[in-house]
Amino acid sequence: MNYFENDLTTLHAGLVNKQFSVVELVKETFATIKQREPQLEAFLALNEEAALKQAATLDEQGIAPDQLLAGIPVGIKDNIVTKGLTTTAASKILENFNPIYDATVMEKLAEAGMINVGKLNLDEFAMGSSTETSAFKQTKNAWDQTKVPGGSSGGPAVAVAAGEIPVALGSDTGGSVRQPATFNGVVGTKPTYGRVSRYGLIAFSSSLDEIGPITRTVKDNALVLGAIAGHDDHDLTTSSKEVPDFTAGIEDGVKGLRIAVPKEYFAAGVADGVKDAIKQALAEMEKLGAVVDEVSLPYSKYGVPIYYVQACAEASSNLQRYDGIRYGFRAKDVKNLEDVYVRTRTEGFGPEVKRRIMLGTYVLAAGSYDKFFKKAAQVRTLVCRDFARVFKDHDVIMAPTTATPAFSFGAKVDDPVAMYMNDVLTIPSNLAGLPGMSVPAGFVDGMPVGLHIIANSFDEQTMYRAAYAYEQATRFFENVPAIGGQN
Amino acid sequence: MNFETTIGLEVHIEMKTKSKAFSPAPVRFGQPQNTDTNVIDWGYPGVLPQLNRGILEYGMRAALALNCEITKDIHFDRKNYFYPDNPKAYQITQSDTPLGRNGWLEITAEDGSKKRIGIHEMHVEEDAGKNTHNPNGYSYVDLNRQGTPLIEIVSEPDIASPEEAYRYLTRLRQIIMFSGVSDVKLEQGSMRTDVNISIRPYGATEYGTKTEMKNLNSFDHVRKGLEYEANRQAQVLMSGGTIQSETRRYDVPTGKTILMRVKEGKDDYRYFPEPDIPPVHISDEWIEEVRNSIPEMPDERRKQYENEFGLSEYDTDVLTQTKEMSDFFDATVAHGADPKLAANWLMVEVNSYLNAQQVELADTALTPEHLATMIKMIQDETISGKIGKKVFKEIIKNDTEPQAWVEQKGMVQLSDPAKLQPIIDDVLDNNEQSITDFKNGKDRAVGFLVGQIMKQTRGQANPKVVNKLLMKSLNAR
Repeated sequence: MNYFENDLTTLHAGLVNKQFSVVELVKETFATIKQREPQLEAFLALNEEAALKQAATLDEQGIAPDQLLAGIPVGIKDNIVTKGLTTTAASKILENFNPIYDATVMEKLAEAGMINVGKLNLDEFAMGSSTETSAFKQTKNAWDQTKVPGGSSGGPAVAVAAGEIPVALGSDTGGSVRQPATFNGVVGTKPTYGRVSRYGLIAFSSSLDEIGPITRTVKDNALVLGAIAGHDDHDLTTSSKEVPDFTAGIEDGVKGLRIAVPKEYFAAGVADGVKDAIKQALAEMEKLGAVVDEVSLPYSKYGVPIYYVQACAEASSNLQRYDGIRYGFRAKDVKNLEDVYVRTRTEGFGPEVKRRIMLGTYVLAAGSYDKFFKKAAQVRTLVCRDFARVFKDHDVIMAPTTATPAFSFGAKVDDPVAMYMNDVLTIPSNLAGLPGMSVPAGFVDGMPVGLHIIANSFDEQTMYRAAYAYEQATRFFENVPAIGGQN
Repeated sequence: MNFETTIGLEVHIEMKTKSKAFSPAPVRFGQPQNTDTNVIDWGYPGVLPQLNRGILEYGMRAALALNCEITKDIHFDRKNYFYPDNPKAYQITQSDTPLGRNGWLEITAEDGSKKRIGIHEMHVEEDAGKNTHNPNGYSYVDLNRQGTPLIEIVSEPDIASPEEAYRYLTRLRQIIMFSGVSDVKLEQGSMRTDVNISIRPYGATEYGTKTEMKNLNSFDHVRKGLEYEANRQAQVLMSGGTIQSETRRYDVPTGKTILMRVKEGKDDYRYFPEPDIPPVHISDEWIEEVRNSIPEMPDERRKQYENEFGLSEYDTDVLTQTKEMSDFFDATVAHGADPKLAANWLMVEVNSYLNAQQVELADTALTPEHLATMIKMIQDETISGKIGKKVFKEIIKNDTEPQAWVEQKGMVQLSDPAKLQPIIDDVLDNNEQSITDFKNGKDRAVGFLVGQIMKQTRGQANPKVVNKLLMKSLNAR
């Protein structure tokens, strides 16, 4: 099946009309994956046997016209817990870890009849912006295999961009869905904090983490978000707000839509080519009837420092459970309890994870809590107020998703601060809990650029409507990478 | 030199909610290792806490019973430390916003006066699991207790002697028990005390350096440990030494406290707000609802027992020592037993049975209804006091309905003169000699005749009635 030429709606039609069976679709998907993986290395584990079994069952039952996602293959970032299928968070400390329960999103996907075909690579514990910190594989950008796929959801973005699968789930703590979506020219969404259950998402930063879909088109994305969203008794931070049909009104256009463009998001550091692409996008939106306004989000410049204080603080606590006592990796030949802890964690975690644990431990320590953690929490509320002010008289914010297109392997891996600046444009919406998405916005030197759309809390519908109008007007998704000599 | 003692107590009490604080696993005692657990209790990757609102309800109950102010906007915090019985490597607790603050309870000081001991704060948190260290060199982790809801009650340093500490704990246990928050079973470790003690010369304005002992689950050990520690500190100071800030252990066999570790600086638990549990607002309506649900406290019952039932202060003290006993007493009276008799039975026979068997009231088969029935039978002379004791032995061991039982066993006392008179007449007719002896002033004859009558009635004759009728008959002959 050619996922470059089919969206979920046409795939669904094909299944309902029995042009192809679910088993055929799944078999073909694995064939494509196996053919392209040597070049891309997006997957950490394949779920072939279980997927084919589920496909056969669906074929037997038949797919009804209202089961929009039934029989559709999906790939899962490997920090989402899957029952009976290894879940590693791309860390040696969870190598071969085989969970006994399913994340809530996995249950929801199963309910919708989607077929999990495998687990996708990421930066270790989702800590990184290039997927280079994975303990297992170096995933390559779908457009240029000398370049990073972005991160931390590098595997999911590449697998979708390369046409291996039509849908993947990623997680976004500071831009981890949107940045790799940009780097690979696909659509990636971070929903409102509390929209999707985090139960079963291996925690990095509890107050920022959010699961979101990566797809080739905006409508596909809205469909999948609808399937995974909603209140969950297992996650106290999920909202009890009703989940709307995110595709409802998606084609209504953007006449009169009030777009805010924060000047800080076009500051120094944003590549000229990227600025130009986004300016063109804004011109396109105006042409479609939207009203574009320049605004200021002055506190956004503190986003990266706030993020690294808060995210690392939470991570230092969340990652303490990997102690070699109950599950996962344990160092060999340990002498005593202290040895179990120290050696297991020394050998089990990679350098970036250790760096963040140390940073987080430091900012929570008695002598530095007030100076760092507390201060960051205070400034975070100012960032939230910035956004609230803008959303009083605007519907969405538009900006570049990333300052540059994908960079080369090794370019930033030894310079943590440069790496951290990758998320400078995406972090503020995580801090404020707002929904944001990246939509393909053209190319700079052959590499994709993304338009970042941020909406008000729980207003994903407006975000999708804006994104859809732009996508349909520009149709960048029709450009696909050349993989394995074909496209 | 004379010293004054300053003691502060931190008490952890397990709440008797059905399920754990942050997971749906049941809270039970004595289950096989790790069976009352789930992925949340294991600190499995990806899991999140749930919130058992019962812990806030019970926590509020305890806070109100201890005269605390309720904090209306609360959140939970993480206390971070590594230990195998602490699977997440953090404990979910409350650091910034304890549920209750500024409470107090009242004790009788050693001079007999009433003294208020301040409660600095009271918060809710989760218990850890248990490590067992096996001689084979391995340690085993049991997570059944992990996540059991606790309240921690931190006193002000208002306690001036080991005896006051003992009384504070006794009183605290009583209040918590009556509030229905916990069964407070000491032997199961459901009430554990950390103590801080320092001494200073009388009149000194600064507190002395304190030492601490942790996890004591016997009030007696608390008292003895504190006594030892107060003396030890005094000796150190009088011989010119200084007290170190240290953690000590009370050694039961020797009655001494033993140094475990010297505290260098404060432990840093890197507390921060728990991001997985949103803050909770406690409304006035909720507080009132909980206030109204608090059962009667021991003081109120004591007043009722004294005023309504005319029981002595000693009796009321004994009866209100545990909620179980007090509830049992109330129910027995409600079933129609005379309050004084019921009090006597509970304080004497029941208590000595419990002590002898080393069991709790709830572990016996005794019900208030059965006890009341038995007391009523004694009172209306259906059975004798002596038979009563036999009945008691039966109903405390087995779930036996006493009235049916005494009837079936033929133990009903014969008190009806119409039935007794023919038997007396018959015995007199057959013992002419005794009548003669009686007439001659030999009182022993009466005893012999009563014995004969009891024999005829197989011991069921009511001795009082027999005596009366016999004397009347003898005098008539």
